Amino acid sequence: MPRVTLVVGDEELLVARAVQRAVQAALAGGGPDVAVHDVMAAELDHIDLAELTSPSLFAEARVVVVRGAQDAGKDLVTAMTTLATDGDPDVSLVVVHPGGAKGKAVVEALRGAGAKVVEAAKIKSTRDREQFVVDEVREAGGSIDRDAAADLVASIGTDLRELSTACVQLVADIGPRITTDHVAAYYRGRAESTGFAVADRAVEGDVAAALETLRWAFATGVDPVLVSAALASNLRTIALVGAAGRGSPDTLAGPLGMPPWKVRRAQGWLKRWKPDALADAVRAVADADAGIKGAGDDAAFAAESAVITVAGCAAR
Amino acid sequence: MGVFDELIGQREVVAVLETAVLAAQSSIAGTGGAGMTHAWLFTGPPGSGRSVAARAFAAALQCADGGCGLCHECHTSMTGAHADVEIVAPAGLSYGVAETRDLVNRAALAPTRGRWQVTIVEDADRFTEQALNALLKSIEEPPPRGVFLLCAPSTEDLLPTVRSRCRHVTLRIPPYADVAAHLEGEGADGAVAAFAARAAQGHVGRARRLARDAEAQQRRREVLELPTQVATVGGCFMAAANLVDAAKEEAARIIESADSAETSALRESLGDIGGRGRAKPRGMSAALSDLERRQKSRATRTQRDALDRALTDLAAFYRDVLVLQLGSDVVLVHGDLERTVQRLANTSSPESTLRRIEAVLGCREAVDANVAPLLAVEAMALALHQG
Repeated sequence: MPRVTLVVGDEELLVARAVQRAVQAALAGGGPDVAVHDVMAAELDHIDLAELTSPSLFAEARVVVVRGAQDAGKDLVTAMTTLATDGDPDVSLVVVHPGGAKGKAVVEALRGAGAKVVEAAKIKSTRDREQFVVDEVREAGGSIDRDAAADLVASIGTDLRELSTACVQLVADIGPRITTDHVAAYYRGRAESTGFAVADRAVEGDVAAALETLRWAFATGVDPVLVSAALASNLRTIALVGAAGRGSPDTLAGPLGMPPWKVRRAQGWLKRWKPDALADAVRAVADADAGIKGAGDDAAFAAESAVITVAGCAAR
Repeated sequence: MGVFDELIGQREVVAVLETAVLAAQSSIAGTGGAGMTHAWLFTGPPGSGRSVAARAFAAALQCADGGCGLCHECHTSMTGAHADVEIVAPAGLSYGVAETRDLVNRAALAPTRGRWQVTIVEDADRFTEQALNALLKSIEEPPPRGVFLLCAPSTEDLLPTVRSRCRHVTLRIPPYADVAAHLEGEGADGAVAAFAARAAQGHVGRARRLARDAEAQQRRREVLELPTQVATVGGCFMAAANLVDAAKEEAARIIESADSAETSALRESLGDIGGRGRAKPRGMSAALSDLERRQKSRATRTQRDALDRALTDLAAFYRDVLVLQLGSDVVLVHGDLERTVQRLANTSSPESTLRRIEAVLGCREAVDANVAPLLAVEAMALALHQG
């Protein structure tokens, strides 16, 4: 009986790993002369499959990776199932299916034929991502507590490859036990790098901090559109709170339609802002917004120059 | 009384179209027919009557009397109910290639009433480039009785390949006097008609709304208060918020009823009669989300259009200021606000007025380029404040 592995799911990193593991296993068991074929199901029929899996003169073992199994034709499905139940034991078949309803018959047929099933479903929730981190660290030979894993996910975001790399790096640098302190030492400032954080530093007039936060924000995949929106929102708040005159945040909050903390914060910023500077800053942000939305060549540059201008206006 | 009466202040254009209608009639009768063209391009500024001209021409082609304005053919052509007149009005932000291919197929049908198969495309400028290319083939080699009437603000809005295969009809901004006379003919008071024609700057539809609808007048007055509200920086932000909110409300009023009617019509046609325990029809959620996507696109456009009208009024206000500052001998657009205009003219320089006009026009461009509307208007208000 041949070795059949069925990878179900569309989490790219997990799929790639599962396929690689299956291929490695086949290579390890098959000696030096192994032919590996990597094909798309949509471009494959049962005759091609027969050709790929038939014994050849020199290469004793053969590995066939069939990707996109949801597009497999009826004949191909039958051929694969037959191969799985009574084929040449020198053949390894790896079938990749993205999950979902389309082409479900392949999955059921192969599962019924005794294929080894590897789940690679998309990791959607933050909890699952934390679990992924815990597993990755264990894999790399260390251990990490839940809080530290949560911090790491919050800092890095949703990219599994990056999370995986970070886990390997942390274990390699620090050693087996990883705590929240270690994560903070490596990734401080990253989690808070939202468009809002950039805008807050900018209206405080702190160019260096604003730009640093902006770079972190871009690195974590924050869209430049959010930066210009946050800048505009902060400048608007300053103007409206300034126009409302003196008063305690709690009494102003109602008429302005903002929560008191927002009013209090804006009152703090207000000291740095003169009306003319505010006008210049808003106009710069509007220009940048156009640049970010396609009028300019480089959205990141437009956002960056808006941040610099706004911070400069605050200091004026 | 004929169908071309609806076309205000465009005598030259009417003459051209009437000649073509005569030629079309003789072509149907089988006696020659030189002078009729199968693809027309109507261009002219918004409100000059591009789509009215196209509809009237369609009616005149379908009518046995060349557009009497009274018969069934004329009436149904003008309202868009005629079986052989298809009116395409892209409601969303753009019109795609798949829809155009369908359109081309329908345009190739033989006319059911035996005269012409007319396809009117309002806002041909909203067609994507691929969509225009899909249309090109049938414009180049039209079906025997097919007529295409395209409308666009200017010839530059269409691909050169499409443009060169159409006969151009250029509409002008209708003279204020003609618009006013027409509104009076519709029953408006003389003074109101004159005011509306001027304030709408020759945009016939807008003039009609201003003459009839008290709410439209009120809204215009609110927009034109903005120049007095930008005296302080804080005021700029509030005025901007008001302007954008008003545009949102106006748009919401226009599309709200259409949205819910469309959604329930779609549910009904898919067979979703509701009730507990009934399975939802297959594919319904996909169809509904597709409809929602198109409605959202239309909402964005309606809101932008409302904002654009307000900005046009505002630009005309500063134009009036400049007129007074330079002592030009032309009529003010916003004559009813002459005192406000005069005050601003006395307290500012022509140079700053020009800069302000630039700011308003820049804002229109920014909104068009997808800048957040509130931010764009704020930047404009602050520019107006700084002068």
